[in-house]
Amino acid sequence: MSTASVALQPTVVEPASPGRRLYPRPVWTIILAVYAVLAIGMPVLHLLVPAGSALHVSDYTVTLAGKILCYATVALAMDLVWGYTGILSLGHGLFFALGGYAMGMYLMRAIGRDGVYGDPVLPDFMVFLDWKELPWYWTGSNHLLQQALLVVLVPGLLAFVFGWFAFRSRIRGVYFSIITQALTYAAMLLFFRNQTGFGGNNGFTDFKRILGFPLASPRTRVVLLVLSATLLLSVLVACRALVLSKVGRVLTAIRDAEDRVRFCGYDPVSFKLFVWTLSAAICGIAGALYVPQVGIINPSEMSPANSVEIAIAVALGGRGTLLGPILGAALLHGAKSVLTVAFPELWLFVLGLMFILVTRWLPRGVLGLFWREDRT
Amino acid sequence: MPSAELRIRLPLLLLVFAVAASPAAAAQPLDPHPRPGLDAVTLDRLVDPETRDETIASLVEGTDVRALPLLRALLEGNLYRGPPVLLDRQGTLEDALTGAPAQVDRDQLEQVTINNRVRKTLERAVAALSLLQGTPAERLEAAHVLQENPSAEVLPAVQKALAAESSGEVRETLRATVAMLALASPDAGQRLTAVEELRKAHAKRQLMQRLEVEQDPAVLAALREAVRDVDLALQRAAMVGLAFSGLSLGSILLLAALGLAITFGLMGVINMAHGELLMVGAYATWLVQAAFRGTRHFDWYLLAALPASFLAAALVGALLEITVVRKLYGRPLETLLATWGASLLIIQAVRVAFGAQNVEVSNPSWMSGGVTLLPDLVLPWNRIVILLFSAGVLLGVWLLLTRTRLGLLVRAVTQDRQRAAGLGVRTPRVDLLAFAIGSGIAGLGGCALSQIGNVGPELGQGFIVDSFMVVVLGGVGQLAGTTIAAASLGVVNKLLEPWAGAVMAKIVVLVFVILFIQRRPQGLFALRGRALEEG
Repeated sequence: MSTASVALQPTVVEPASPGRRLYPRPVWTIILAVYAVLAIGMPVLHLLVPAGSALHVSDYTVTLAGKILCYATVALAMDLVWGYTGILSLGHGLFFALGGYAMGMYLMRAIGRDGVYGDPVLPDFMVFLDWKELPWYWTGSNHLLQQALLVVLVPGLLAFVFGWFAFRSRIRGVYFSIITQALTYAAMLLFFRNQTGFGGNNGFTDFKRILGFPLASPRTRVVLLVLSATLLLSVLVACRALVLSKVGRVLTAIRDAEDRVRFCGYDPVSFKLFVWTLSAAICGIAGALYVPQVGIINPSEMSPANSVEIAIAVALGGRGTLLGPILGAALLHGAKSVLTVAFPELWLFVLGLMFILVTRWLPRGVLGLFWREDRT
Repeated sequence: MPSAELRIRLPLLLLVFAVAASPAAAAQPLDPHPRPGLDAVTLDRLVDPETRDETIASLVEGTDVRALPLLRALLEGNLYRGPPVLLDRQGTLEDALTGAPAQVDRDQLEQVTINNRVRKTLERAVAALSLLQGTPAERLEAAHVLQENPSAEVLPAVQKALAAESSGEVRETLRATVAMLALASPDAGQRLTAVEELRKAHAKRQLMQRLEVEQDPAVLAALREAVRDVDLALQRAAMVGLAFSGLSLGSILLLAALGLAITFGLMGVINMAHGELLMVGAYATWLVQAAFRGTRHFDWYLLAALPASFLAAALVGALLEITVVRKLYGRPLETLLATWGASLLIIQAVRVAFGAQNVEVSNPSWMSGGVTLLPDLVLPWNRIVILLFSAGVLLGVWLLLTRTRLGLLVRAVTQDRQRAAGLGVRTPRVDLLAFAIGSGIAGLGGCALSQIGNVGPELGQGFIVDSFMVVVLGGVGQLAGTTIAAASLGVVNKLLEPWAGAVMAKIVVLVFVILFIQRRPQGLFALRGRALEEG
């Protein structure tokens, strides 16, 4: 190997095993340990330990863990576009909510005759609005498989179309951020209307069962928790593989100097479009798992504030680290669920200060304080 | 200008009257000799249902104003069968004829009741007679009652009132009233004149009503033409009204966006707390208003509120610049997040300090009411004032940027920071001043907003997306672009509203802006073309 080729090519350490390629052994140990606690430990403690015992994990804790796992998945997806590609989206809550709504449609239909009005087909809010039949876009929403496809397709398609227009016009930086915010804001207004056909203000709630299993039962809850944990783990592995691949290198290069990448003969638009759409689809899946666990989806999930919270979770944990955003989402939503109950007045102060402090003094996030990933 | 003054106050007065008119007698002053000269025979005939109708008709024909309190009492059920006939005058019973107080057990009294048909006739009679006395506003109200419920029998009374009327405003209404009444006249010539009058008064409803029953071909043709004319005029009025409300919305957007045009457009600082600066300005106005409440100078509190809201918002803005914005220079995405955090802090601080509920900011009296262009078109004063105010602020900002030393420095620092610094400009100070001024203008916007909408901690949240859209659509760094973008967004929004509804109109406009920016990323008016990598 001549000195010239060393200078030109980045040194890539050939890994010993496929797993080693993604993370070093200690990091893998931590990741799998956390996964084991969430996907094995918590279910066992919830189902098998009696409610009176000190070791018992309550319904609330299981649901909270499931919720945070979904938020963490969204944060991961956000890190892909913001941390690695340099696109700050202020509209990721929209993709999350769309996935949630697609799932919510199935759950509404699964209520069947158990609704307040007892209509076998129409969800309660449609009966209330005096609608006689389902709108066309509700066709087939009683099939989970179709809705599961929509969970990915709707956010993905919207992101693709929106991204195609935006990236092609070379809209970037804060302009892109502002437009994504306007997008989610417009969607929120749209979903607030009763005529849109998604329950207006109240959205969807009062779900009873999924695939025939009652949502209130501990087993269903545990299955959803395990699914959320597994989703997060798979998305983490997939994202890590992506950012370490050649595509990932190009994405990072786009983040650091988009024009130079273009001048080198790459087309940044297709790379950005790919990662943007992928990220939206991941958000959709996270939203779909979120809704049956919290039991409600309404247009406030699309509010600009929610999307900005996703960004701050990523910044808090550490951008461009994948693991950081997971940590950030856990810290943010953990703190939120504690503080909004204990000191509701204080929460917005904490959140606001978090935005300022993290951006001023923690540019690499909490993770950056004690872990620095080797970059070539 | 008494008539202009009247026109301004009119809608307010009408409103007051709409509330107070039904028990109109209560508003009448007590006079010591209530009904001198009214004879007992007339009174008896009035109480007797058999002769009541003709008595009322003859009273109206004779335009005997003295009968008015009696008719009112009959209308309101305050008249009791005699002998002697008693009248309940604000709770005390008295002889209806002499006005002498009467000591009678109320339980034994029999109320004189009337049916709905008589009620209509009586209302007309009372209104016709009221035309001849009272304040101009009362006369106007009476004329409106007659217009609502016209009948040819009161025509002579109204004509007599018209001849005696002094106020121009009331005369105009009376003339229309006469025409309406004359429309039912048996004489075709009189009806033709009436149609002409009603055409001028845009009285479409009356014309349409007559159109259904009219037999005379000449009058019929005139009626048809008149209805068409009135339709056109009303459509034009609706257009003017629409354009006005669009411009009004545009002027509010402009006020919200002008400050942003400086901080974001010129300085490139993305300040998500801009909406909260509007809110700070609105709360400053509220505080000033509270300080002025109860004093003689309440009507002029806005004069003190303007500098107060400017200073309050400028101070908060300066604080924001020093603590957050300055430290994140050149990192726009971080600035965005940090200022969002600042907005949360400001909202929560206001909530803790002043409560989460909306606070009430009242208009000074000279801003209430409006200009009535046509019966269906009232331009509210507060909207007009804000339209003018935003034009004034725009002019001020333009002068500031182009005619002052500070403006020169701001432009220099914006265009080439390093060279400006090299030439000795203290760029951090210019940044601070420019940011504070941009924030202060937002405060002025908040002061204006407090005059037309609710003031609450979330006031600014609704504006942040809209105002960024205005700045981005107008083109960064362009005052003219910002202005045109604000006005056109406002007008387009209002034009869409009638057929799409308010929410859909907003959505359509947002989608339109999103698409537009795709086509022209530099906005309506592109300033710089050389920058390769911006933001």
